[in-house]
Amino acid sequence: MLKQIEGSRAVAEAVALSRPEVVCAYPISPQTHIVEALGEAVKSGALAPCEFINVESEFAAMSVAIGASAAGARAYTATASQGLLFMTEALFNASGLGLPIVMTVANRALGAPINIWNDHSDAMSQRDCGWIQLFAENNQEALDLHLQAFRLAEELSLPVMVCMDGFILTHAYERVDVPAQEQVDAYLPRFAPRQVLDPAEPVSIGAMVGPEAFMEVRYLAHAKQVQALELIPGWADEFRRAFGREAGGLMHTYRAEDAETIVVALGSVIGTIKDTVDELRAQGVGIGVVAITCFRPWPLAAVRAALVNARRVIVIEKTLAVGIGGIVSNNVRAALPGSGAAVYTVIAGLGGRAITKASLAKAFADAIAGRLEATTFLDLDRQVVERVLAREREVRRSGPIAEAVLKEIGPVAARPG
Amino acid sequence: MAFQPIKFYQTGTFTVGNRLLPPEARAVQANMRRTNSLNSGHRACQGCGEALGARYAIDAAMSATNNRLIAANATGCLEVFSTPYPETSWQIPWIHSLFGNAAAVATGIAAALRVKGASGVRVIAQGGDGGTTDIGFGCLSGMFERNDDVLYICYDNEAYMNTGVQRSSATPPAARTATTPAVGEQPGNPFGQGKDVPAIAMAHGIAYVATATVAELRDLEYKVRRAMEFRGARYLHVFVPCPLGWGHASDATIRIARLAKESGLFPVFEAERGEVVGVSKIRKQVPVEEYLKPQRRFAHLFAPTPRPEVVARIQAIAERNIRKYGLLERTT
Ligand SMILES: Cc1ncc(C[n+]2csc(CCOP(=O)(O)OP(=O)(O)O)c2C)c(N)n1
Ligand code: SF4
Ligand SMILES: [Mg+2]
Repeated sequence: MLKQIEGSRAVAEAVALSRPEVVCAYPISPQTHIVEALGEAVKSGALAPCEFINVESEFAAMSVAIGASAAGARAYTATASQGLLFMTEALFNASGLGLPIVMTVANRALGAPINIWNDHSDAMSQRDCGWIQLFAENNQEALDLHLQAFRLAEELSLPVMVCMDGFILTHAYERVDVPAQEQVDAYLPRFAPRQVLDPAEPVSIGAMVGPEAFMEVRYLAHAKQVQALELIPGWADEFRRAFGREAGGLMHTYRAEDAETIVVALGSVIGTIKDTVDELRAQGVGIGVVAITCFRPWPLAAVRAALVNARRVIVIEKTLAVGIGGIVSNNVRAALPGSGAAVYTVIAGLGGRAITKASLAKAFADAIAGRLEATTFLDLDRQVVERVLAREREVRRSGPIAEAVLKEIGPVAARPG
Repeated sequence: MAFQPIKFYQTGTFTVGNRLLPPEARAVQANMRRTNSLNSGHRACQGCGEALGARYAIDAAMSATNNRLIAANATGCLEVFSTPYPETSWQIPWIHSLFGNAAAVATGIAAALRVKGASGVRVIAQGGDGGTTDIGFGCLSGMFERNDDVLYICYDNEAYMNTGVQRSSATPPAARTATTPAVGEQPGNPFGQGKDVPAIAMAHGIAYVATATVAELRDLEYKVRRAMEFRGARYLHVFVPCPLGWGHASDATIRIARLAKESGLFPVFEAERGEVVGVSKIRKQVPVEEYLKPQRRFAHLFAPTPRPEVVARIQAIAERNIRKYGLLERTT
């Protein structure tokens, strides 16, 4: 059924349609609307049987999900930003134990300075925690990826993180096609766990493993993710057959076939990039897009195949690995066939800074003209930075950095540019 | 035949010979069909109070639940000595997730059971004092506050034993640990710190809170069984001497536990909905010295320079417990 609803609501409906049995909730923007909607569904009886648990922290949220999943229940939670960091230890534990928990991450910046707006720092900080990470481009895909996530998680007995851009998607009202319960039931079988805490067949889960077996256990975690790379495209096909639309898969390309310049990105910014590419194509520029849906496991072969003929690759990153620069671009470099293509890292949109077509078009033009620095910060106010640095050189007690920057900028205002 | 025939009588002790009791009143451990939930062959030190306490507690819980029990275990000695793969001493469904989340994992298990209509299966969470009173405290309090259907058992050996005897918030004053060494003006753990987790548990108003020691194993069994008669959050705090960390002989575990109770340093009681409903009276009060002296962690109180003023402060703690819980039989 077509509905004009908020992204969070669309995700909540997808999760509810997936018949979760235990939902753990802890508030953090911009994820709150999702669990609020699920809480209402459980309390009203619309979603039953399901336990909705208001936990005392994200660490507890993931821990409750671990217990529920190990006892054979389909478990779900959602978080963002600081909340994701707060559950880090449990994230590694859930994947290490092979528990098929599904979690939405409403992507948001990480503090300090505390910032509630969108970027990908949270999910990227956990890219190696053993979870499958899927990134949604729009709200329809966010909805669809959640349906796929439960399938994927339970087939592989691995946890899956569905990442959607905070506010940009979670709070945007868009038209989405919400499938019927019968469709989802036909697509998503009941959870049949590979391991379960059951008095009829007692097992010990999570025991200590020494050097004699640890490598093998870790290798299997890797092998399963690699296996996911082979299975995910097939599941996307199956999804298309079941629901009549494209969603998921490892990645997709846009006008990339004969492109000399290819832009790589994930999440909602792909929409803006596609628009920019359309305009450049109209001017005769050979440019295209590789949109990554599955970031972990990293679809190395698929990305390599998509980039093999490119002369230059521009990676738009909504995160910063301090001290080195890009994260996605390092993964892209690993996929490049030594073709000599230049890889540009463009750090953009940190802490919710708007990424505009104009700025993107300029960065792309600079790259094509060979003027773009290998690592660029899109729309960085260099003057402010220089003034702050100068002051730091002069004044020993220069004060909190964020305050200094804000003082230089003057009255805070949204600057869509 | 689940019980051995009577072979001898015990006399001159407070112990009622188990074999003199009618079968229904006998200890769970006396039953040859006990589940051996924590089976032999594990790697605990000789005389480990935690191993003993866990064995009695879990077997009692199994007996009380018709063998329908799932346990979530925090990281710590109990977890490590019971399970290096592929060996496991656990005969029950058992999960270890992390150090600080056993209560929350148990909440998740209980939720799963409820949603599946399997509420006949009961859930236990267990951990050491560090996993309970320090790092797992947030999850514990959350589980209490939501009144989740979990019995949490803390095996209190008064320090982080698994990592080599460091101070926890359950370490008593003056005790030497690896992080409260017996040096300086005030050797050992400072006075005036630590938390009384049974009292904090009671303050949550949960159905049942009790303390026990491995010196009175029948009492421990009773309290587990009693705890299982309630639904909702319950807490059992078991005093378990650790020969390695406390520096006492491995055959002194029970005696040390008894002295802790008989001196008044460890009050043994049970409480329902935040109110004390029963205390184990002190039978023969002993001065705290008797408890402290056999333990190397308190050796600096007696030699080379005796510190009677410190011992007196510890005695004052015992007296306060005795007053607070009415631990002495009053003949008026
Ligand atoms: C997050 C985290 N911090 C620290 C540790 C290290 N650690 C493992 S067991 C342990 C001590 C456990 O002490 P306690 O809970 O009192 O149990 P005991 O070993 O004394 O029975 C510590 C500090 C850990 N595993 N995880
Ligand atoms: S160190 Fe203490 S608690 Fe740990 S196994 Fe040895 S006696 Fe038991
Ligand atoms: Mg301890």
